[in-house]
Amino acid sequence: MEKIDSTYRESIIRDAIALRWEIGENFHDSLMESIYKDATEITAHSVSINNKQNKYTFDQKLDKIVTSRTLGFPIMFIVLAVVFWITIIGSNVPSNMLASVLIDKVHPWLKELAVSISTPLWISGLLIDGAYLAMAWVISVMLPPMAIFFPLFTLLEDFGYLPRVAFNMDNLFRKAGAHGKQALTMSMGFGCNAAGVIATRVIDSPRERLIAIITNNFALCNGRWPTQILIATIFIGGAVPGYLAGIASAGAVVGVALFGIVLSLVVSWGLSKSVLKGEASTFSLELPPYRPPRILQTLYTSLIDRTIIVLWRAIIFAVPAGLVIWLVSNVTIEGVSLAQYFINWTNPFGLLLGLNGVILLAYIIAIPANEIVIPTILMLTVLTLGLNNVGAGNGVMFELNSVNATADVFKAGGWTLLTGINLMLFSLIHNPCSTTIYTIYKETGSLKWTTVSALLPVVMGFIITFFVAQLWRIFVK
Amino acid sequence: MSNVLINNCETCPAHNIGNLIKLGINMENFDFVVALAGNPNTGKSTVFNALTGLKQHTGNWPGKTVTRAEGGFSFNNKKFKLVDLPGTYSLLSTSTDEEVARNFVLFGQPDVTVIVVDSTRLERNLNLVLQVLEITNRVVLCLNLIDEAKRHNIIIDDRKLSKDLGIPVVPTSARQGEGINELLKKIHEVATGTFVCKPYKIKTESKQVNKAVLKLKEKLLRAFPKLPNVNWVALRLLEGDQEIINAIRSGDLGSLERDNSLPVLEKQA
Repeated sequence: MEKIDSTYRESIIRDAIALRWEIGENFHDSLMESIYKDATEITAHSVSINNKQNKYTFDQKLDKIVTSRTLGFPIMFIVLAVVFWITIIGSNVPSNMLASVLIDKVHPWLKELAVSISTPLWISGLLIDGAYLAMAWVISVMLPPMAIFFPLFTLLEDFGYLPRVAFNMDNLFRKAGAHGKQALTMSMGFGCNAAGVIATRVIDSPRERLIAIITNNFALCNGRWPTQILIATIFIGGAVPGYLAGIASAGAVVGVALFGIVLSLVVSWGLSKSVLKGEASTFSLELPPYRPPRILQTLYTSLIDRTIIVLWRAIIFAVPAGLVIWLVSNVTIEGVSLAQYFINWTNPFGLLLGLNGVILLAYIIAIPANEIVIPTILMLTVLTLGLNNVGAGNGVMFELNSVNATADVFKAGGWTLLTGINLMLFSLIHNPCSTTIYTIYKETGSLKWTTVSALLPVVMGFIITFFVAQLWRIFVK
Repeated sequence: MSNVLINNCETCPAHNIGNLIKLGINMENFDFVVALAGNPNTGKSTVFNALTGLKQHTGNWPGKTVTRAEGGFSFNNKKFKLVDLPGTYSLLSTSTDEEVARNFVLFGQPDVTVIVVDSTRLERNLNLVLQVLEITNRVVLCLNLIDEAKRHNIIIDDRKLSKDLGIPVVPTSARQGEGINELLKKIHEVATGTFVCKPYKIKTESKQVNKAVLKLKEKLLRAFPKLPNVNWVALRLLEGDQEIINAIRSGDLGSLERDNSLPVLEKQA
């Protein structure tokens, strides 16, 4: 046996290159052709179709409607709006029940227990007023909408509707200079941006993949749907007559989600015309057949897979965030808490954006998870109110047992319809959560693109909320 | 050195431990490794769940799985590690998700590769099947969604198909759990060597291509005498597949060699 060394191995490669020139360019095509030909032969041999009648009539008819040029988009809006409307209407009552148990009953009981076993005040403050309350808020504010929204969304996915949404939109993405499959990865982002970023692996071209990664954040994720739904219920629903409240707030959430899609198209377009220049590549998108969703299994998996996981993640992040909130609102320098310093310092900037210092601080504390933004805002608002002697202690929530009471806290904190609208916008357009940022870093391996993906949306969020606030103050106020 | 004893022990696991560890597969406590491949949205994840008893969420959604998922099951006292690969239409392109599937089948040398196909779209799905058969010869075809095919009045003669392809073919309806036992049995048979596959090989018609492939095959076999999928490697080399070129350059291709490669392969001309 002759010794196989690297020179010999190199000669194999050289031969291959030489042979490639001999056999000509259409080698790949002819190979594919023979594969197709063989596949056709084998199929013809073993497959027979019983009935000449067209077998896909139902699927085809339905596809003609839901992917039609004129009806495709309106149907998409209506389906989304119905899903949100059910979520908003349905989650109000259980939300109140959970809050009344966890916050009105269990919290005072825990406090009494702490007193009876003579726990030092700072420990009971840290654990019960900080960690426990944050967790209780996450559960009562987020569990009901999630438990309704996720199963509905999963049913749509199982049925096969989401790929049709992607199909409707892929042309728009191609026109924006991005990959058509970005419509798919964006739809994955509606669940979780980290998952959406991983899903961009289906895109071959690195240029288009980067665009898809950077813009995935504009797809509202699990962590942000509850924020949108709650704020829309309070501020948009509250701004219209009662019988329209449900529809108006559902419409507002759909509006924000659609605005996110528009932004992701605009940013894709901007990137593909500037730093990530290039042609859009072609691809084929296969529409899966419609399948009757298995309702029970869907309920089970969406509860286990999404609701519980998202809730668990929220709780895991809420507990330390609760500790941080309690600490920043109770550690004082010359009688003024750290949180108060920060809020006073950023308030002018926040107001310029139609937001406030509390919201800005909440978004910093909530970088690990978007899920805890609302509880953090609530606790911090009460804290600032407390310092203004409006009835609550430092970083502690009292007697908030319903959406109405939550609304009262916001309104007492000086919130207006503009604050609500801009919070919804900022919740859509800000930095991705830390998990997503880390995923982007892992997927791109580039510090530069990770930074771009993290900072671009925040800057855009500042700009957009700023303009909305200025226009609002000119035209509405 | 290459004076290898021909290993006739048919029950010996064929997997290539070194490469599997490199690919991140922990083979402790497992006898065989089984890969699950197929076009997107053919129900691979559903089959995966049916085989392993896991309840991962499966979506009606091409491209649901972009990374590998792993699970295990045992059958007839043998323990199997199951690896769910991302769906792919072809092994000839270059996107990351398709590479995951291709590299695993090529470099991981699973004991059995189960290809899940959508029975209502058999012809299109066969393209991938034929490509996988070029790379590995231990394959079971899972004709999934057979209930849907029936509903559309498509009748598939699975025995004829099995004969044509030279591999076991099992009709299943994984959503309902139908055919899973039969699938387990066939996986076991191929893994233990009770069923010896004689996979169909793609016929290229161009004489020039055949000549070029033959020439490269000879040279490759001299460098890597026990390469099981030399035909395919030669084809990819002709196409200028960078990963194959790298593997030849570094000599890593040698780790694909298998001592118990079946004699069938050597007869392929």
